Amino acid sequence: MLWTKKDLLGLEYLNREEIEFVLETAASFKEVSTRDIKKVPALRGKTVVNLFYEPSTRTRVSFEVAAKRLSADVINIATETSSVRKGETLIDTGKNIQALKADIIVMRHNYSGAPTLLARNVDISVINAGDGWHEHPTQALLDIFTLKEKLGTIEGLKVSIIGDISHSRVARSNIWGLTKLGAKVSVCAPKMLIPQAIERMGVTVTHDVDEALQEADAVNVLRMQFERDNQNAFPKQLEYFKNFGITEERLIKAKKNIVVMHPGPINRGIEISSAVADGKHSVILEQVTNGIAVRMAVLFLAAQANEKVDSRQ
Amino acid sequence: MREKTKILDAQTISRTLIRIAHEVLEHNRITDNLAIVGIRSRGAHLAKRLADCVKKIDGKEVPVGILDITLYRDDLTLLNYQPVVHKTEINFDITDKNIILVDDVLYTGRTIRCALSELIDFGRPKTIQLAVLVDRGHRELPIRADYVGKNIPTACNETVEVRLAESDGCDEVVIIEKDNS
Amino acid sequence: MKLLIKNGRVIDPANQRDEVLDILIEHDTISKVAKNIKCPADMVIDAADKIVMPGLIDLHVHVREPGREDKETVITATRAALKGGVTTVLAMPNTIPAMDTIENVQLLREIIKRSACINVFICGAITKERSGKALTDISALKRAGVRALSDDGASVDDEEIMLEALQRAKKNKLLVSCHCEDKILANHGAVNLGFTSTRLGLRGISKESEYLRIARDIQLAQKADAPIHIAHISCAESIEIIKKAKKKGINVTCEAAPHHFSLSEEDVLDYDANKKMNPPLREKGDSEAIKQGLRDGTIDAIASDHAPHTENEKDIEFERAEFGVIGLETELAVAITELVDTGILDWTELVRKMSLAPAKILGIEQGTLSVGGRADIVIVNPAAEWVVEKKGIVSKSKNSPFLGRKLKGVVEYTICNGALAYPFV
Repeated sequence: MLWTKKDLLGLEYLNREEIEFVLETAASFKEVSTRDIKKVPALRGKTVVNLFYEPSTRTRVSFEVAAKRLSADVINIATETSSVRKGETLIDTGKNIQALKADIIVMRHNYSGAPTLLARNVDISVINAGDGWHEHPTQALLDIFTLKEKLGTIEGLKVSIIGDISHSRVARSNIWGLTKLGAKVSVCAPKMLIPQAIERMGVTVTHDVDEALQEADAVNVLRMQFERDNQNAFPKQLEYFKNFGITEERLIKAKKNIVVMHPGPINRGIEISSAVADGKHSVILEQVTNGIAVRMAVLFLAAQANEKVDSRQ
Repeated sequence: MREKTKILDAQTISRTLIRIAHEVLEHNRITDNLAIVGIRSRGAHLAKRLADCVKKIDGKEVPVGILDITLYRDDLTLLNYQPVVHKTEINFDITDKNIILVDDVLYTGRTIRCALSELIDFGRPKTIQLAVLVDRGHRELPIRADYVGKNIPTACNETVEVRLAESDGCDEVVIIEKDNS
Repeated sequence: MKLLIKNGRVIDPANQRDEVLDILIEHDTISKVAKNIKCPADMVIDAADKIVMPGLIDLHVHVREPGREDKETVITATRAALKGGVTTVLAMPNTIPAMDTIENVQLLREIIKRSACINVFICGAITKERSGKALTDISALKRAGVRALSDDGASVDDEEIMLEALQRAKKNKLLVSCHCEDKILANHGAVNLGFTSTRLGLRGISKESEYLRIARDIQLAQKADAPIHIAHISCAESIEIIKKAKKKGINVTCEAAPHHFSLSEEDVLDYDANKKMNPPLREKGDSEAIKQGLRDGTIDAIASDHAPHTENEKDIEFERAEFGVIGLETELAVAITELVDTGILDWTELVRKMSLAPAKILGIEQGTLSVGGRADIVIVNPAAEWVVEKKGIVSKSKNSPFLGRKLKGVVEYTICNGALAYPFV
């Protein structure tokens, strides 16, 4: 397979073969992180710019570690420290980064579609590290990678995604990726948090968490975000935990070897109980480890696709 | 493209590996800290076979590892195909070991250079010795093999193709002449 | 000055004409329409194999002057109109300042007098600063010369104010053109609410936000016994409501924009802000419904909703980008490509939607090729194809949703007030 996509903007834009190829490549990269010297020279001399318009520690650090294990140089730009606040447009920022002769931009943005806009306007690679409510493709890839590692195959698996689906890029990327690989996906949330026409993405919808858990081989628990300054937040959180929180009592009725995932950071006692988060079903920390391998694979493939585009010009 | 000559057949390949195994044992009197590492993909097959030969002669089980050098290549950007990254599998500590690095064909020496870099990232072996089935010349780096199955002088428009039962269904080594187009 | 157009296929629904004829223009007036006119003229245009029709009348144009001359001016908008075969426009009042006082209207009238290349009518604001709070002095605006009223870009939320606006407009014989949108239901959306908004992770604008407001405004118009015009309808439900109202005999007219019958929400999946407008592109079924509405007569007119924006306001994150697209230069070709070529409308019906009906809605004696009438004429090569390109755009802004699209139908000549105004000299 010839990888020619310079950008990774979302799993909606990859086909099954491409997703499988990234996962296979990631499997090979996983071994690198188990070595004493956790570094290979594949991206030596390449520059990766983490362009983050939204605070994020774990995704940025994961990308940074991945890039460094490939020997790339990493530059972090966060909105607080850059000219972004002075009103520079996204396209101008991107062109400036390109002028620095960087090779890959890893971008997090609070507006959906911002990476798409940037990718259209620069020649270098753009990797979407989460945009608005749109997509978070590397998160979904690492979720799927972890599932595949745990359960062998994705085809035919029943996966429930529980939480605020409306405002979740993780949910959207997971839905695209999982359904393309043949999983049966259901989403579960209060009515208000299910977006319009989500069924057309090939999922079933439920508002009953016990139903969502019943037949599931795996469950992906999303982080719930309640307004921090909202005085009603606390009772709302309790109510959410009561109705949708993943607890050991609920898991008793689920499949014996159900896999529990969470993209992090977790809110203990809101969407998931501590006992489950730390329990035998949880693969939350394995997800973090696998995130490195997946992001190494994505960076490696993007760098090469971009070289190919260059050499063709 | 046309096949010019068959230079090794299955029987010769098998005899050659036994000979190399003898040479390896002769050179490394103590087999306790011997290990064999093959370069993906055909070097890996040869490494396993070489370990079998050593076992037959000496009775000792020698650890075998597989090296995938894709991430160490210096020509990634020159390739016009997608190199598929496979796993490196070295499940033993290589420090203080005498490593026999195995590949099918020794040509420019660049693959071996990558393999050496990668191996050294895994630890500090006592020695690294190189065994190849075929040395076809045209070196671009100061690298030589310690154990050579057969020296085959070749022209630049020729390639040496090693076929092994594990991946190609039969054991043979042929010279292929490329069209001058 | 005599101008003779020879052998063109003359389409003139006002006079039930669709035949090959010659047209003689003297000064600013059509003096003769007949076969084989033999008469010396200062200029003769050979219109063989061409369509000759009355100049287009566009009920919905944002000229942006005064206030946002960086986006568009009366000169650039009217030149763009000429290229698109448009000879009369109704200029929307959401300028800076808005068209809510006599002084502001007079200011724009001065600009038009000085720089317009075509007929520009001014639409006054319904409420002061278009804020929906207090009515403008409607009779004063009428005296200042406005032709219609609208708070375009906003809807008048307060029912009592809207009712009174309709009553006063009626008294002053002014048409009210309604931008129907319930902002609360629209929920700060950027695209149509549905599968597309879900896929893109964007807030959606529901159809309800449009059609519930249309239903309300029609009800108010009925109560006031005043005519009402609904601007830029975008969905099937709106058409149904208008259809029912028309059946009941309510004096309601409506318009649809070319992008709403030629594009759908799927066209915006690439986050191209040049396809972001309000109301948004809806589902395929809705654009089909608009075509049917045009065919069955529910939809009276085609209007561009020409809304220029600078590249700085469009080449940014989708949610931050301004709503609106330009359309003066493409509306005729899009209509030919999507409606005439596909058999949805014949030429006569097309001319009715783009010229005769808008003239009637506006209450002006135009949109015809009657002898003695003013010579606003467009000559079109119906078979010629062209690709919409940024560099060819005359408008000051380039935010066309049709960039890169191949369209059929090229305006070869536009005659405005008897003078050959396009091609530009």
